[in-house]
Amino acid sequence: MAEREFSESTDRIVATEPVEVRRYATHTRINHWFTAALIILLILSGFALFWPRLFFLTALFGGGQNARYIHPILGVAACLSFLLLFLQLWRLNLMRREDVVWASKITDLLAGHEERLPELGKYNLGQKFVFWGMFWLLLTMVVSGIMIWQQFFPDLVSIPVRRWAVLVHAISAVLSVLVLIVHVYAAIWTRGTLSAMTSGKVTGGWAWKHHRKWLREVARRQDKPPAE
Amino acid sequence: MTDTAPPPTTAVSNPPVEPLSPNLGDGDVVLASATPNLPPPTRQLDPVAKLIDISKCIGCKACQSACIEWNDTHPEIGVNFGSYENPHDLTSEMYTLMRFNEYEDPDTGNLDWLIRKDGCMHCEDPGCLKACPSPGAIVKYSNGIVDFIHDKCIGCGYCISGCPFDIPRMSPTRHVVSKCTLCSDRVSVGQGPACAKACPTQAIVFGTKTDMIAHAEERIVDLNARGYEHAALYDPEGVGGTHVMYVLPIGDKPEEYSGLPADPKISAVVEGWKGPAKTVGLAAIGLAAVGAALHSIFAKPNEVSEHDRVEAGRMVDDILGPEETAELAVSNPDETGQG
Repeated sequence: MAEREFSESTDRIVATEPVEVRRYATHTRINHWFTAALIILLILSGFALFWPRLFFLTALFGGGQNARYIHPILGVAACLSFLLLFLQLWRLNLMRREDVVWASKITDLLAGHEERLPELGKYNLGQKFVFWGMFWLLLTMVVSGIMIWQQFFPDLVSIPVRRWAVLVHAISAVLSVLVLIVHVYAAIWTRGTLSAMTSGKVTGGWAWKHHRKWLREVARRQDKPPAE
Repeated sequence: MTDTAPPPTTAVSNPPVEPLSPNLGDGDVVLASATPNLPPPTRQLDPVAKLIDISKCIGCKACQSACIEWNDTHPEIGVNFGSYENPHDLTSEMYTLMRFNEYEDPDTGNLDWLIRKDGCMHCEDPGCLKACPSPGAIVKYSNGIVDFIHDKCIGCGYCISGCPFDIPRMSPTRHVVSKCTLCSDRVSVGQGPACAKACPTQAIVFGTKTDMIAHAEERIVDLNARGYEHAALYDPEGVGGTHVMYVLPIGDKPEEYSGLPADPKISAVVEGWKGPAKTVGLAAIGLAAVGAALHSIFAKPNEVSEHDRVEAGRMVDDILGPEETAELAVSNPDETGQG
């Protein structure tokens, strides 16, 4: 078995006529959608408290008091869930030299000339940006969120610090929603991506076009050594 | 049908005895938290104020007792920690607190025992109301009283961050914030605040804000004549003035009165959070969502071509060889199936 540099141990070719590649294991997909569901609930309850016109959304949680109570608990749960996802994905999301070249030719990508971009492993810079963006924003939100968690940490920080925490929490929340819009729209615009998180599989053509180094390595890892 | 109670102009007179309907209603609300389209008030009441003349205060805490009794609060039994302050801080059950400070005049060496009755200042521009996310949980009436509506409070504690005077306190059991109401329930039926009613030296007086300022000016002239040359009225402009004011004998050093801020205003951080962070943030999210929608309609999607499919098959064939390729094509029927 060859060294793994661009792929996870669970990635493999599951069919050849046509080629199909397993990209995410079942536990990773469950982990992803569980995190996503929590984040959607966090956005609904959080924006209800951020924008008066959306306050009515607190009714989804059983009123203002309940929304206020559940939001930080959901937040801690989302962070723990994301942590599990992080442990599975961080290695292949580390920056690489080809990411810089890829970023410098981003206009070619948007213009439909992806062949002019370098070959990539499992993730491109956009995907890495979403990954690390969510990592740092969730970390910022959980730290600032605990500082303003009145019910359990009323005296953790002074009032001036608390004012900063509430501002940082709001700005991080806005930025994370922007990152999520990029995440969701990129998955829709790049046709053939969504199946990676539903069935767990992508087509060979998709893998060859967007993540060629990844496809090549997955294939090589499956190449049995010749019989003695 | 009962008559509406007249607004009180003093706390000392005995209240009317006939049944009267309250004079503070929805039509008197001039500001409400998280309510951008508040209907305009139906009338303008005369602004009221409570004036606390520190030079007359003897620190007896009758105001605290009256406050507890009228508001039916139940502060915990305190312990002595070497100060007359009891309890040690404002709590959700103690809306007003005598704060004691020993001050040595740097010029004369005289020791002054400074006693300040702390509590909500009823700001003209209330930071608590600005910070509150729950519609109508904090209201300001046209007479200047800032009131917390407990039924609508969600217990988030944002008002604690918003207040420049560190006044609101969260109940750890009921999860609602409390503070001095300026006895809005008494004022609405023609009576002055309980603390002012109970004060034995009339250090606390209540009436229209105009009357209270006039009274304070007399007191300042008297204090000036008795050696307090810096005596001043505390009605800070940074929060648009307040409806609880002090006569400070040492008016040039308000901080000496247990940290009374010299120039209180709503923190710029809170203004930024409730101002640009909200408008710019929501605009950015809206633009991003609209941009993505337009792009999906007008731009070509990034699709996999037949060429890509052929190349992928060729790459996999080359690496795996014909035997393994053929094996994989049939060996995992349960894992394929979704062409």
